[in-house]
Amino acid sequence: MDQFVILCFAVVNSIALLALISLGLAVIFGMMRVINFAHGEFIMLGGYATVIANHAGVNLWLSMFVVSPMVVGLIGAVAERLIIRRLYGHLVTTMLATWGLSLFLIGAVTAIFGNTTLGVSAPLGNITIGAYSIGAYQLFLIAVTALLVVCSLLALHWTKYGLIARAAMQNAEMAATLGVDCDRVYATTFIIGAATSGLAGALLAPISGVLPHMGAAYVARAFVTVISGGGALITGFLSAATILGPVEALLSYFATPVVGQASLLLLAVIILRLFPTGVSSLWTGGR
Amino acid sequence: MSGFPILATRGLVKRFGGVAAVDGVDLVVDAGEIRCLIGPNGAGKSTLFKCLTHQHQPTSGHVLFEGRDLQGLPTHLIARRGIAIKNQIPSIYANLDVRENIRLATLRRKLTKRELDRAVDLVLAEIGFDNLLAERPAATLSHAHRQWCELGMLLASDPRLALLDEPTAGMTREEMLRTVDIIKRLNATATVIVVEHDLEFIARLAQKVTVLHRGKVLVEDSMERIEANETVRDIYLGRKKDAAYAEG
Repeated sequence: MDQFVILCFAVVNSIALLALISLGLAVIFGMMRVINFAHGEFIMLGGYATVIANHAGVNLWLSMFVVSPMVVGLIGAVAERLIIRRLYGHLVTTMLATWGLSLFLIGAVTAIFGNTTLGVSAPLGNITIGAYSIGAYQLFLIAVTALLVVCSLLALHWTKYGLIARAAMQNAEMAATLGVDCDRVYATTFIIGAATSGLAGALLAPISGVLPHMGAAYVARAFVTVISGGGALITGFLSAATILGPVEALLSYFATPVVGQASLLLLAVIILRLFPTGVSSLWTGGR
Repeated sequence: MSGFPILATRGLVKRFGGVAAVDGVDLVVDAGEIRCLIGPNGAGKSTLFKCLTHQHQPTSGHVLFEGRDLQGLPTHLIARRGIAIKNQIPSIYANLDVRENIRLATLRRKLTKRELDRAVDLVLAEIGFDNLLAERPAATLSHAHRQWCELGMLLASDPRLALLDEPTAGMTREEMLRTVDIIKRLNATATVIVVEHDLEFIARLAQKVTVLHRGKVLVEDSMERIEANETVRDIYLGRKKDAAYAEG
């Protein structure tokens, strides 16, 4: 029984983790069709911002929920202005440019903070379930992820900005004839995506520690999740995470984490073979 | 504001490669008019419209809106000044419902949330959409309803000048007549320029008709005089009537 509870927890945790690392990418790739190879580095920078701020004496929660999103959002704003904005519509060029950005960020962080793992201790202590104990912080992480997803859905469907953003993404020229400044919408969307990735990195820092090339561990899984999800922005990647997460968690538990991650990729290949435009084509009619 | 025509173009030219789709158009439209633009396919009507909103950058020439040159303004700022366009290709947001589409068009107006809601409801009534229709995704609408939804978006943006590119294309006669009513309502608060081929539609609406041919203004007059004009008959009406005779 205890083992079953722990297993369920691992499954939910795995889904939440996939959703958390994918949300920022879903915003940037899903809405703007910009393939941001520096996504992993945005997560990494979010982690660093929290660790550094916390070591400098800033309250941990403040570091995670304020400092990290702001720092990474700011870096995102600069990247958008200097690189992304000039390359809208050029898919391959954008991939190369953001890959370059990713290498630059890894290099810069390594030069400044060194190639060692830094960390902060996970707050909130442990919860004991029978013979097992799980970190309360991980439960907190699941709750925050759920909250973030719900907030994104609400923002997208119930706010003026959400409506404008959806319109600009669907058809920019038309939106312009309605008075929408699409350049600004793109920039804002990119910054929100970057800030969300920063927050994800901050939330992960107490669990994983931070390392200059930690982004590589996340970027592939985030892309796999977002692309398997397909056109429906939030519900798409969420359902992909719900399919992929349990497989990864269970196989990691019963075999090894390597088998878990490999099976995640394999499953994504099968999903995309069956639904070339992602699982959300099931309910959006394949847009 | 008065003293200036609402729209004046001076030597407007748009080239695509070597082809001048718009080739030196001087067009003056007074505030409050409904002006019809006619001309055979390829006369440059749609291109002219897109030059007015800077969806196409004019190659040369000027567009004066209420006496002010629009040169260098991006499309969204022109829209905010009060020029609304319904392009030839139905352009509504297929994934959004009707209410959201119309709501989008109201956003350029500086209104409170309550005023916006009221404006959207008013427009829905003006285009004759009940609540059931208003909640439907635009993709599921019939062809005529899509056109009306677009006209609703124009009404909702409360423009000073509305450009309509073939608003009755593909409509039955009853649907066309309903569209005439909607456009008359639009004209109560906005100047309207409309591109159409349907002669009954033009006769019901336009005070003045401008004929475009090969990117130039050929003639500008009342519909009766235009219909009697030999050159126009040759290049446009005549050919169309011949075709109609051939079919009938």
